[in-house]
Amino acid sequence: MQRSDGRAAQNDVATGQGSPASPTQLFVAFTLLALQGFGGVIAVAQRVLVEHRQWLTREQFIEILSLAQVLPGPNVCNVALMTGDRFFGWRGAFAALSGMMVLPLIIVLGVAALYAQYATEPAVAGAFRGMGAVAAGLVVGTALKLASALGSNPMGVRVCWLAGATIFMAVALLRLPLVWVLLVLGSLAATFAWTRLRTRNAGDG
Amino acid sequence: MLSADWLNLLGHFLLLSLLSIGGAITVASDMHRVMVDQMSLISDAQFSAAIAIAQASPGPNVLFVAVMGYQAAGIAGAVAILIAIMLPSTTLALFAARWGHERRHWLSVRAFKAGMAPMVVGLLMATGWILATAIEGWHHLVLTALTALLVWKSRLHLLVLVVAGGVLGALGWI
Repeated sequence: MQRSDGRAAQNDVATGQGSPASPTQLFVAFTLLALQGFGGVIAVAQRVLVEHRQWLTREQFIEILSLAQVLPGPNVCNVALMTGDRFFGWRGAFAALSGMMVLPLIIVLGVAALYAQYATEPAVAGAFRGMGAVAAGLVVGTALKLASALGSNPMGVRVCWLAGATIFMAVALLRLPLVWVLLVLGSLAATFAWTRLRTRNAGDG
Repeated sequence: MLSADWLNLLGHFLLLSLLSIGGAITVASDMHRVMVDQMSLISDAQFSAAIAIAQASPGPNVLFVAVMGYQAAGIAGAVAILIAIMLPSTTLALFAARWGHERRHWLSVRAFKAGMAPMVVGLLMATGWILATAIEGWHHLVLTALTALLVWKSRLHLLVLVVAGGVLGALGWI
């Protein structure tokens, strides 16, 4: 049986980049970077992995990130997995992902326990109303940022708006189950994008 | 300890994991539909607090799912639901990382990416909508709109915004 675990690691060592000494070092590094990431770990991950530790080149990081963004799952967790996998196969992937999750999980559950205890205090309830309002704004703001990138989408801006508005109505207003909505609309959109890309390629060549 | 409801819930989260392109927050509206609307495991206020807590804490935002599990069923609930939302996407990412490396320019991969881009935007908007309407009244919508504008147009640190929201809320202005 061939294992691909070691092969990826050798390729990267050959580039002359720095590399982690052990899965334990990966665990520690990812714990430290997760603890610095309030409200978004990607920026911190880029600084630590590329600039500080130099485990990845800028290009390698961008490649990992763009793949992480297409796949389901938290982007930053996928980045941790793929980075760990490059160096120590599945052991590295596990070490990096646990580093990212374990201590932050303990902290967040600690806060949740405190919240549960004091949720009836008017000031605490008020603070969480305020933070909840901001949280909603953060999500909408992120959506707006992503929306400005739709200009270069092969489906064209108008189709993108139509697709985005339709799924919003189906999920937010009609409260339809996401699975079916996404399967139907997602496959329609991907098929349409595919035909557009194919015509464009044919036109180019 | 595991009731049929919880098995259903965990099964649903395993499925949502595979749909969570752009992160778990993209599918939060569907978590709200199931956990708040259908099963009444947590309240609107708890749902909104879970996301606020995760955003105000260090680490990946997916931890809001653990907070919802904790609110519904303690530590065991938190761990179970976190594993459910992580396991399928993690497994897929691990295999895709090895498979997709050389195939990232394939037409089908690019078509998938292009087709999903507006879905992610629409779903994030839906999550924002659910979060904003989970809070009673309308005063807070001013803060929500202002935050959205600042996130979109400025480079202000997210934590500053969350803390500001907490302070304004504690003072009773929201």
